[in-house]
Amino acid sequence: MNILNIQHVSKTYAAHKALDDVSFDVPAGSVFGLLGPNGAGKTSLIRIINQITGPDSGSILFNSDKLNKDHVQQIGYLPEERGLYRKMEVGEQCLYLAQLKGMSRSDALKKLKVWFEKFEIKAWWKKKIDELSKGMQQKVQFIVTVLHEPKLLILDEPFTGFDPINANLIKDELLKMKANGTTIVLSTHRMESVEELCSHITLINKSKKILDGSVKQIRKQFKSNIYEVRYIGHPISLANGLWGGFELLESLPEDDHNYAKIKIPDDKQTNHLLQSLTSEVQVMGFNELAPSMNDIFIKIVSEQAPSQN
Amino acid sequence: MSKIGLIIKREYLTRVKKKSFIIMTILGPVLIGGLYGVMFYMMLSSSDEITKIKFVDESGLFSDTLKRSGNLIFEKDTLPIQIAKHVYDPNVFAGILYVPQNIVEQPGSAVYYSAKQPGLATMENLETLLQKRVEDVKLNLMFSRMNVKDFDKNALKEIKTNIDIKTKLLTDKGEEESSTGVTSMIGFGGGLLMFIFTFLYGVQVMRGVIEEKTNRIVEVIISSVRPFQLMMGKIIGIALVGLTQFLLWIVLSAVITTVISGFAANKIDTKKLMHSSSMKQKMNLPQGNENFSLEAGKDQAGKSNPVGMIKTSLKSLPLPLIIFSFLFYFLGGYLFYASLFAAVGSAIDNETDTQQFMMPITIPLMLGYFAAIGMMSHPDSALGYWLSFVPFTSPIVMMVRIPFGVPAYELIISMALLVLGFIGTTWLASRIYRTGILMYGKKPSWKELGKWIFYKG
Repeated sequence: MNILNIQHVSKTYAAHKALDDVSFDVPAGSVFGLLGPNGAGKTSLIRIINQITGPDSGSILFNSDKLNKDHVQQIGYLPEERGLYRKMEVGEQCLYLAQLKGMSRSDALKKLKVWFEKFEIKAWWKKKIDELSKGMQQKVQFIVTVLHEPKLLILDEPFTGFDPINANLIKDELLKMKANGTTIVLSTHRMESVEELCSHITLINKSKKILDGSVKQIRKQFKSNIYEVRYIGHPISLANGLWGGFELLESLPEDDHNYAKIKIPDDKQTNHLLQSLTSEVQVMGFNELAPSMNDIFIKIVSEQAPSQN
Repeated sequence: MSKIGLIIKREYLTRVKKKSFIIMTILGPVLIGGLYGVMFYMMLSSSDEITKIKFVDESGLFSDTLKRSGNLIFEKDTLPIQIAKHVYDPNVFAGILYVPQNIVEQPGSAVYYSAKQPGLATMENLETLLQKRVEDVKLNLMFSRMNVKDFDKNALKEIKTNIDIKTKLLTDKGEEESSTGVTSMIGFGGGLLMFIFTFLYGVQVMRGVIEEKTNRIVEVIISSVRPFQLMMGKIIGIALVGLTQFLLWIVLSAVITTVISGFAANKIDTKKLMHSSSMKQKMNLPQGNENFSLEAGKDQAGKSNPVGMIKTSLKSLPLPLIIFSFLFYFLGGYLFYASLFAAVGSAIDNETDTQQFMMPITIPLMLGYFAAIGMMSHPDSALGYWLSFVPFTSPIVMMVRIPFGVPAYELIISMALLVLGFIGTTWLASRIYRTGILMYGKKPSWKELGKWIFYKG
């Protein structure tokens, strides 16, 4: 079951093509990473999902219905550029924005009280936004985004501007919401949060989708078959064992043992390598050198770079 | 509550609660009251002087009747007006009152020539004088034509005459038309208020849009409502702020001016009373007659009281029409311009960049304002006529024309054009607005603004 189906969406601004035939699905209940370098078209796509602008061609389905104005209440959106009315009181402002999302005033008030207590910011209710620090404003804005309990939460760089403690607080809240069935679309450059939270990703570069799928699947796809070995024994003995296609990429001494990076050919398994090694040296540690999302991201984007000019 | 209702409410409440709004609301009527007070003071001081006026009467209606009226002393002159104007000595006479032959048929044909701008009181005095005489003549004419039986309300209406004396200043360069009448003052006042209000509240709309854009809150809001709803909510909310201020001004001004008029009338009364009682003392009148002389004093004061005079001349104006048209043209003109101001606000990032795009909005507003100044002395000018139909200027210019009387169909055409005009500007502005509010960085060119209009949603 997908909460969003993006189908062949294109959008052009004047001479600039922001999105070029982008299609992907966002599974319901997932934490979905929308990745891409600056200017790739992420914000354009998010604005189209939020119905701030419309696509030139293509369509978007929300829970299998064509996206329409009624869906606005089921979507929560935290834009990258945060903003609130500076001269307005925190409480009034939250109530106003919640009502614009279709909540009743009393319902909004009740839920706001819970959130303000949870975040320990009850004392700010009567303060003006101007009087709060940047981090405090971010907290208020986060509450406003999630208050109406949207089915789909779209967060553009949600962790910037938070100190580590508050970033954790937000992350915990996001995981709780995920457990309750909320789908979260995360647009970010911070790959560590992608690794930590996302189950699915889409990578957009230069207006085009170039990769999507579950994180597991993508990791598999970009599997390098490189393994780290820590062993006791002479490096030459190790090299002796490596026949039949194993490739020694790196060999270093390390404290009281040695370290090596070895690539296994496609027709061999890890057990083959272990068998050859154990006859020559004493293996202390052995693990796969899996590509990080960061590596994958950089790899794909830089592979594409030359075609740009 | 609907979303646009929520936006209107927020825009309205945040502005009405502001200190500056409260200060303006109090200060406005105090200023108006002050002006009113100064006007009275000037009239009071001038109405005491004896004014000598040369009287050229071609109609022959006033041969014997006119010698003196209140503070005005008339001296008949048999010279033709063209010569009388040339031999006029401003040191001896305040001015020349010229009544042409056809005064009965054309009550607007009388002219007052003078070297200095005549006071309101003098002009009102002269007009009442001519009016009474012309009405007498008409009455006599009617009696000679028909039986007393046929004399009814319609006949009375026919007799009623509204004399409007044109004033012309005699200067070294020649003649200059001027106007001192309450009519043109009301007209110009309406036009001026319209100009100020449109500009003041239009700029508030622009500031509001820029604020939302620079705060970046606009993206949060238009993920909940359509850009058009946000723009219209803001425009309507601020219009209500304007109307609130306007109504408060009317109420407070009425209170203040009533107090001032009361005070002024009181002052005249006591002045006259003191005068009559001192005379009485000189004449050693018996105490028993005091009641009678008090009454007489009051009566006399009532007749030449400038407050009363302004009130009578206000009565001759179509006040309900003026107030209705003011509200209509204020709303229409404001809506016409406010959406343009909103479009300008959406196109730029900060207020210092407004200059370039403000120009095309400011110029027609200023044109209307200058036309209004010109029309104080030439209310029937062709330029004014045409500008009172063009929606860019009609709210200001039509306000000046209305007190002088505008045919109903002209008013309806002008109003209809204004409605069409603001629908047009709102459409145009909303197209620029929805694209502009999401554009940051470089200031757009005119060409880009044009392209925005045709972007697909």
